[in-house]
Amino acid sequence: MAEVFDMFFIAPFVDMASEPVFLVEVILGGLMAGVMYSLVALGFVLIYKASGVFNYAQGAMVLFAALTLVGLMERAVPLPIAIVLTMVVMVGIAFAIEKYMLRPLVNQAQIILFMACIGLNFVFEGAGQIAWGSNVKKLDIGIPDNSFEIHGVLLNSFEITAAVSAAVLVAVLALFFQYTPTGRALRAVADDHQAALSVGIPLKTIWVIVWSVSGFVALVAGIMWGGKAGVQFSLVLIALKALPVLILGGFESVPGAIIGGLLIGVFEKISEVYWGPAFGGAIEGWFAYMAALAFLMFRPQGLFGEKIIERV
Amino acid sequence: MFYREAGQFKTSYVADQAIFPIAQDRFFMVIILAVAFVAIPMMADEYWMQAILIPFLILSLAAIGLNILTGYAGLVSLGTGAFMAVGAYATYKLTTGFPDLSIVICFLISGLFAAATGMVFGLPSLRIKGFYLAVATLAAQFFILWLFNKVGWFINYSPSGTVTAPPRELFGILITGPEASPLARYYVCLVFLCVFALAAKNLVRGRVGRAWMAIRDMDIAAEIIGIRPLHTKLLAFGVSSFFCGVAGALYLFCWLGSVETEAFDLLNVSFPVLFMIIIGGLGSIMGSIVGAAFITLFPIFLTNAPPMIGIELAADLQKHIEEIIFGVLIIFFLIVEPLGLARLWQIAKEKLRRWPFPY
Repeated sequence: MAEVFDMFFIAPFVDMASEPVFLVEVILGGLMAGVMYSLVALGFVLIYKASGVFNYAQGAMVLFAALTLVGLMERAVPLPIAIVLTMVVMVGIAFAIEKYMLRPLVNQAQIILFMACIGLNFVFEGAGQIAWGSNVKKLDIGIPDNSFEIHGVLLNSFEITAAVSAAVLVAVLALFFQYTPTGRALRAVADDHQAALSVGIPLKTIWVIVWSVSGFVALVAGIMWGGKAGVQFSLVLIALKALPVLILGGFESVPGAIIGGLLIGVFEKISEVYWGPAFGGAIEGWFAYMAALAFLMFRPQGLFGEKIIERV
Repeated sequence: MFYREAGQFKTSYVADQAIFPIAQDRFFMVIILAVAFVAIPMMADEYWMQAILIPFLILSLAAIGLNILTGYAGLVSLGTGAFMAVGAYATYKLTTGFPDLSIVICFLISGLFAAATGMVFGLPSLRIKGFYLAVATLAAQFFILWLFNKVGWFINYSPSGTVTAPPRELFGILITGPEASPLARYYVCLVFLCVFALAAKNLVRGRVGRAWMAIRDMDIAAEIIGIRPLHTKLLAFGVSSFFCGVAGALYLFCWLGSVETEAFDLLNVSFPVLFMIIIGGLGSIMGSIVGAAFITLFPIFLTNAPPMIGIELAADLQKHIEEIIFGVLIIFFLIVEPLGLARLWQIAKEKLRRWPFPY
C-alpha cells in the first residue's frame, strides 16, 4: 500500500523538484502541443458558436486542407499561391456545405446535425484521398526544424513558429470578431438566430463565412501538424484530441479553446512523464478525457462556456 | 386496402394494449419470424451467415441497447464499444474460470458487469448534458479499452494479447469457438435478439420507458412531476449497457471467435452503432434493427455492386468511393427523413390505411 502511495503521490513530485530544468522543458513541450490542440479546437468552437453544429468533420477538414496544399505543391505550385488556392477550395466547400447540407437541415435536433457532420467526415476522407492519394506526404514549408538551448532549456524552432502563428491567428480572429461588421453579425447570430434574422443579418452568408473561417483555421492546423508529422490519414484523429479541450474550455468560447488547449497540453505531458510509469504507460489516450470529465463535475459548462439556464 | 383495422373490435384491455394491436401487423411479424427462423437457415450459405447475418443480429442487439439510452432517455453515448468490451471480456473470464457454468448464464452475468460499468460512467450524466456528456462517455471508451490492454489478468495473460472464445455447448450443440457451425451461432444470436427486443419493447412502453422519455423531453419538468432523475438516468445507463454487454459477449463468442481490444474501437463499433440508431430512428426498437440492417448491408452492397455491373476498380480507390457514397447517403437520409427509417415505415403505414384516398 505504502509503495503504491509513494508511486502515485510522492515519487512524481520528488522527480519534479529534483530536476527543475527538465520540468520546465516538459511544461514548454506541453504548451507547444497545447497550441496545436487549440488550433483544432478553435475550428470546432467557431462553427458551434455560429450555428450550433458540433462539427465532427473538423479533423477531416484539417486532413483535406493539408492534402490539397501538399498536392498542389507537388505539382510545382509555389507555396503562397498554393495556400491561396487551397483557401479558395475551402471557401467553395463552405458554400456547398451551406447549400446542400445546412440549409435543408435547418432547425433539426443537434444530434441530427452531428450525424450529418459525421457523414461529411466520410466524404472529406474519401474525396481527399481520391484526389491526392493516400500515402504519407512530406510537407515542407521552409520553417527550420532545429533545436537550441536557452539557459539549459531545450527548445525547438518549429514548435515556436507554430505557437507564434497560432497566437497571431487567434489575435486576428479576436479582432475580426470584435471590430468588423461581419464579426459583429457573427456574434449576433451566435447569441440568437431569430433576433439576428429580425435585424436583417443574412444567416446564409454568415454560415458560409463561418465555415470558410474554420476552413482557414483547419488549413493552418493542417500546415502545422502536417509539417511536424507528415500529412497522413491519422490527421483525422486529432479531432479526438481536441474534444477534451472543448469540454474543458466550453463549447462556445474562443478563449476557452485556447486556454483549454494549453491546459490539456501541459497536463497531458506532465502526467505522461511523471505518472505514466506508475500507470504502466500509454495513458495519453484517456488521461485528458478523465481530467476534463473530473473538471466537468464542478463546472458542467466548462471553463468559459455559457451558463446553462433552463426554464420549464 | 389490405392494411386497415376496420372491423377488428377489441373486447378486453389486454387486446387493446397488445404490442401489435392490428391483425395485419401480427401477421407481418409472424412472417418475419418464420423467415428468420426457417427460411433463412435453409437458404443462406456459410458466407452469408458469417459475413452478414450474424453481425447484423449482434449489432441490432447493441443498437437496441444504445437506442434505450440515446433514443429514449436522450443521453448521447459514444462509449458503446467499451460496454460491449466489458461484456465480452467478462464472459471470457467467467467461462474460463468456471467452465461448467452454462455459457448463456455467463452471457447474462457479464451483461450485469457491463451494466454496473455503464452506471459508474453514467454518473456524470446527472451534472452534464448533451455533447459534454457525449464527449465524457468517450472517457469510458478509451479508459476501458486501455485497461483491458494493460492488465494481463483480463486476458488470462495471453502472450499475443488476444482473447479466444473457448468451445462451449448448449443442449449438447457446440455454439461457440471455431468449431461451432454458423447455423448454431445464428440461432443463438437470433434467439437472444428476439428475447431482448421483446423485453426492450415492453420496457419502453411501461412506466420505466415513459419516465425515460419524460427525462429526454425535459428533465427539469420531469423532475417536477415526480420522476427521480438519478434513478431514471442511471437505470437507462444500466439497462442500455446490459444490452450492449450481452451483444459484446455474442460479438466475441458467436461471431469473431477471437478479438483484441481494437475490435471494440470507437470507429469500429461505437460510431457505427450510433449511425444505426440515427438512420433507423431514435426512440424506436424496430428502427434499431432496420438501421443495423442498413449499416451492415450497405457497405457490402457497395463493395459488390461495381463488379456486378462490370466495373473493376482498384481496391483503395473503391474503398474511398464507398466512403464518399456512404457519407453522402447519410446526409441525404437525414435531409429526407431526420427521424429515420422507422418514421418512413410509419408514414407508409398511414398512407396504406387511407389508400386509395389521398387523405
